[in-house]
This record gives sequence, structure tokens and C-alpha cells, in this order.
Amino acid sequence: MSQATTTNSSTRPLPPPGSELLALDNASKYFGTVIALEDVSMDLLAGEVHALLGDNGAGKSTLIKILSGVYQPDKGRYLVEGQEVHFTSPRDALARGIATVYQDLAMIPLMGISRNFFLGQEPTKGFGPFRRFDLERANEITREELHKMGIEIRDPEHAVGSLSGGERQSVAIARAVYFGARVLILDEPTAALGVKEAAVVLRYIAQARARGLGVIFITHNVHHAYPIADRFTILNRGRSYGTFDKKDVTREEVVQMMAGGEALEELGNELEEFARRDAEVDSARRNEAAQTEAAMARGFKREGIEAERESPAPN
Amino acid sequence: MSATAAPQDPASIRTAARSKDISLWRRFLLRPEVGAVFGAIIVWGVFASLAWNRGFVSWRGAATYLEVAAQLGILAVAVALLMIAGEFDLSVGSMIGACSVIAALVPSEFGVSVWWGVLAALVFALVMGFLNGLVVIRTGLPSFIVTLASLFIIRGVTVGVTRLITGRTQVGGLQKLPGFDTAAAVFATDIPFMGAAFPISIVWWLVVAAVGTWVLMRTRFGNWIFAVGGNAVAARMVGVPVDRVKISLFMTTAVAAWLVAMIEITNSRSADVLRGEQREFYAIIAAVIGGVLLTGGYGTVIGAVLGALIYGMVRQGVVFAGIDADWVSAVLGAMLLIAVLVNRYVRQRALGVRG
Repeated sequence: MSQATTTNSSTRPLPPPGSELLALDNASKYFGTVIALEDVSMDLLAGEVHALLGDNGAGKSTLIKILSGVYQPDKGRYLVEGQEVHFTSPRDALARGIATVYQDLAMIPLMGISRNFFLGQEPTKGFGPFRRFDLERANEITREELHKMGIEIRDPEHAVGSLSGGERQSVAIARAVYFGARVLILDEPTAALGVKEAAVVLRYIAQARARGLGVIFITHNVHHAYPIADRFTILNRGRSYGTFDKKDVTREEVVQMMAGGEALEELGNELEEFARRDAEVDSARRNEAAQTEAAMARGFKREGIEAERESPAPN
Repeated sequence: MSATAAPQDPASIRTAARSKDISLWRRFLLRPEVGAVFGAIIVWGVFASLAWNRGFVSWRGAATYLEVAAQLGILAVAVALLMIAGEFDLSVGSMIGACSVIAALVPSEFGVSVWWGVLAALVFALVMGFLNGLVVIRTGLPSFIVTLASLFIIRGVTVGVTRLITGRTQVGGLQKLPGFDTAAAVFATDIPFMGAAFPISIVWWLVVAAVGTWVLMRTRFGNWIFAVGGNAVAARMVGVPVDRVKISLFMTTAVAAWLVAMIEITNSRSADVLRGEQREFYAIIAAVIGGVLLTGGYGTVIGAVLGALIYGMVRQGVVFAGIDADWVSAVLGAMLLIAVLVNRYVRQRALGVRG
């Protein structure tokens, strides 16, 4: 079976929440004389959303490229579930269940949703020259997996381009989860999205966390990261300010560390706008911690996030 | 009351919402080849009314325009697959000339069976198709340029070599060569049907189209064709063998040109270095009329089949209608432009409909 060769990690059970999925230990990366990263340490636990924050040029890209196997650190160690690893390509990282979802490379717009979902890992049926793409099964699984994440699609063969940006991002996340990701690295998943759209994506990130995955959420937008994240690592000019628990740091402090305070005033108005959204996602978060996925979906409905959707609550 | 909080039967509501959207008619209107379907109906209607008493609307009339459509259609199917994968092959025109000359010269010069010529031409087509693909991938140049070059190279070498060997640019009298009868039986028989003689090339066309559409819509390879044309970088990142897909499609167009060449030489019993001239453009026109996107990633084989059918009906329709054949090019050009506009509209609607 084609699936078995590519999704070996899906067979391994996820570690219990709170155990370490990956860790960087004093990692540095240089490009010639340019210091891209210097002495950065961070770790990711199962069942948490870890926001990686930093302004443009802070070293976020370099850090995720190390985590996703594109680069190797010049100094320091990279550990996956306690073992030191030396990835030479993104495929190595993927084989260990570390999936990276890039914002623009996620989907092929003119192709159907299920065709995108299974691209490169198509289920097949039949033998020899009659081996064919099992589109019915692909449609069924796609519909089911998206349903689990709370997206109702009418026709899995509709072009991905007919989905909104947030839904597209969510399909990419669902795909990574389905193919056995234990660690999701999301590169600016909300960058090009409006407030409402971003909330949709944040909800799926919460879903992935509820399933026990570790999520690294890279962004320069504190307002998208703050409501969902459990911990923050803040980068500035290639160095880390450290990792903070949400309870130990306010949104304003995070902003200040990222930007050095200059941008704070302009953000005043924005903060108010996001406070509302914040409250919604926060209460949703409380629900999800205690309840099952289905119960949580109902919780969202009560919160009104689901209100504009015509699809019924999963039963 | 709990009934308001949770619908009693969510499944039926979901099914209703789904079937509303998947009504066959609406699905049909979103397909890439929808413009070509209406185009074919309109073209048939126009010539049927212009030449209804001159035989256009008869089995014999159908046989003549289907034969023209078949010879282009075989090529158009392969060209459409390659275009969906985001590449062009302009060399198919001269490939037809080269294959026909090789298939004729090998038996006439070496005194062997025509089948050796057929085989030699096939090997030549496979090698040239492979080289086209390899050069495109290795150099990263647009395939438009690479195959424009091979169009001229193949044509030039074919003319030069043929003249060196035979002193002429044509090879005739193929029917006297050993093995010609069986080759003609495979490539150039007429099949009587409803009182008219339908050339076997129509069967070849239907077989090629059936295989092509099956591969595109129903196999992993087909999924990769769409992906490679839609976004090669994204496709490569999820493990699609982009280079292999493209090279095999360049080989497919070359083999389609070979098949057309075999049909033509067995029908005319001669080979000509200039065979297939401008056929590359007609094949692209047929694919584009059929809804294939010039930039790749979108289209169907059925569309290319319909595009070829439209071509056949226009080309033969003017003859039936007694119109000067000089007008064919103008009609085709206008149809191409209209088709591109219609197809763009269809595509935007396909993307605009919410999943």
C-alpha cells in the first residue's frame, strides 16, 4: 500500500500530553558572517501550542527551517523525543512526524480538495495496469477528516481555490494531521487572513492540540498568537528573549519584547478590537480542555463562532 | 427546548445541502469542457442547416468529418495531457514527418518488412520525446522554446537526410513493400457501419481518448499531471516525481505523432517529409477550445476530443456547404478566441463556487 510507506509515524501512538516532543539546545546558525541565530533554546510539549514570535528578520524562518530539516544548526543540538537528530532534508523530519505547513505552498488552487489532500499519497485500488486512484475513498476520508475539524464541505472535488484562505490553511493542517504529524509547524498561518478568517484557523489549531499534537505557531502578529498559545518564545535579532508561560506574561509585555516598545502605541486600537475575539477563543479553550471534541464543537456553536455556518453540529 | 440547540437529523440536512450543490446540471456547467460541448453542438447545427441536403447530416458525412477529427484528435489528447502538466510540445508536427519517412525508408532501403519501419519510427519518437523532456527539465527553459527548436531541427534533418538517401523528399509505392497489408489492416482499414465506411483511425482516436481520460481522472499519475501543471514546487514538496511526469508526457506526445504518421502513410501509401506541417498549432487549438488552460493545471481529455471534433466539423463542413476552404483558418481563429474567453469565465465560476 502506498500509504504505509509514507505515513509510518501515524502508527506510533502520541506521547502523553506534557511530554517533550522536540527541543533545541543552544542552537546557532550562521550564513557567512551573518548571525541568523545565536544560542537559541526552546522545547515543544505534546498537547501545547508554542508561539514563536518575532519581528521580520528576527530569525523565525531560520529557526523553523532547522526544525523542519531544511538547515542543520551550526552549533547546538536538536532533539526529537529525547534523541539527538541530524536531519538532512524535510523528508527526514516528516518521517519523524514533524510536518511544516507553509502559507503559500500548501495547496494547488485549481485542483479538487480531495485531490490536494492526497497528493503524493493517493490511495489506490486494483492491480497491475488497472491500479487506479481510489477517488471515492479519498473523497470520503477528506470529508470525514475535515468534518472532524469542523469544516463541512459539500463536494470534496470542488477546487481548493473555491475555499477561503482560512479554510485552505485548515485543509493543509488536516492533511498533515491525517498523515501522521506529531508536530505541526505552522508558518504564519494567519498572516494574510482577516480577523474572522484567522479565528477559523485558530480553532483548528486548538483541535490539533486537543488531539495531543504539539504545535509551533510562527507569527509576527501577537494578537493572533496570544489567545491560542500556551507558551511564547520571543526572538529578536537572532537571539531568544526566552520562553514564557502565558500566565507569567501579558500581551503588552510580549509586544514590547518583540518590537522593543516602539510599535506599542499604534497597536492600542487594534488591541481593543482583538480583546473581543480573545475572550471567545479563551472560553472555547476552557471548554475543550474538559470536554470531548464533539462537546467542544457544540461549545463553539454556543459561543457564536459557528453561527455564520449553515452546517449542523457534529453528533 | 433541545430541538433548537441541535437539529434532530443533521445527516439528512447535510445530504440535502450536498445534493443541492451536486445536481448534475450544475456540476456539468463547472466542467472545463463545457464550452466545447456547446461549441460542438452549435458548429454541428450551423453546418447541418447550411448543408443538410448535401450530406453533412448523414453517416457518410459523419465518417468524413470524424476521420479528420480523429487524426487531429489523437494528437490533441496527448498535447492536452502535456499542457495540463504545464508544458508545450511544438515538435509534434515535424515528428509526424520524421516518423512517416523513417517508417517508409527502413523497409524500402533495407528490403525488410514495413513493420520494422513502424518499430524504428516508434523508437525514434520515444527517444526524441525523451530528449525534449530532458532538455526542458535540465535547462529550465520554457518548453515552448525548446520544442520550437526541435520542431525545426527534426524537420530540417528529415528533409536533408531523405534527400541524401533518395534524392527526393517523398517515398512512394509503400503498398509494394512486404508487410504493408497487415500494417494497413491495423492503421488504415475502413469499417462499414450504417452504409458508410468509417476509417479505423476513428477507433484509434477513441481508444487513445479513453485511455487518456482514464489516466488523467482515475490514476495517481493523472493526479500528478494536474499537480505538476498547477504548482510544480508544491507538487515536488509532497513527493510527486515532477521530472518523471513531464518526461513521460513528452514521450506520449511523440508517440501520438508516431501513431498519426502510421495512419497517414498507410492511407496514402507514401511518406512525405512535410507531413504534419502546422499540426502542432491545430493540436494546441483543439486542446484550448476544449478548455485546457494554457498555463497548465486545468483541463480535460474529453475537452481536447471535442476540440478536435469541432475542427473536423469545420474543416469538412465548409466543403459540404460549398464554402471556399480558405475561410477555415479564419473560423478556427475566431473560435479559439471565443473559446478562451468562455473557458476563462467557466474557470472563474469553478473557483468562485464555495466548497
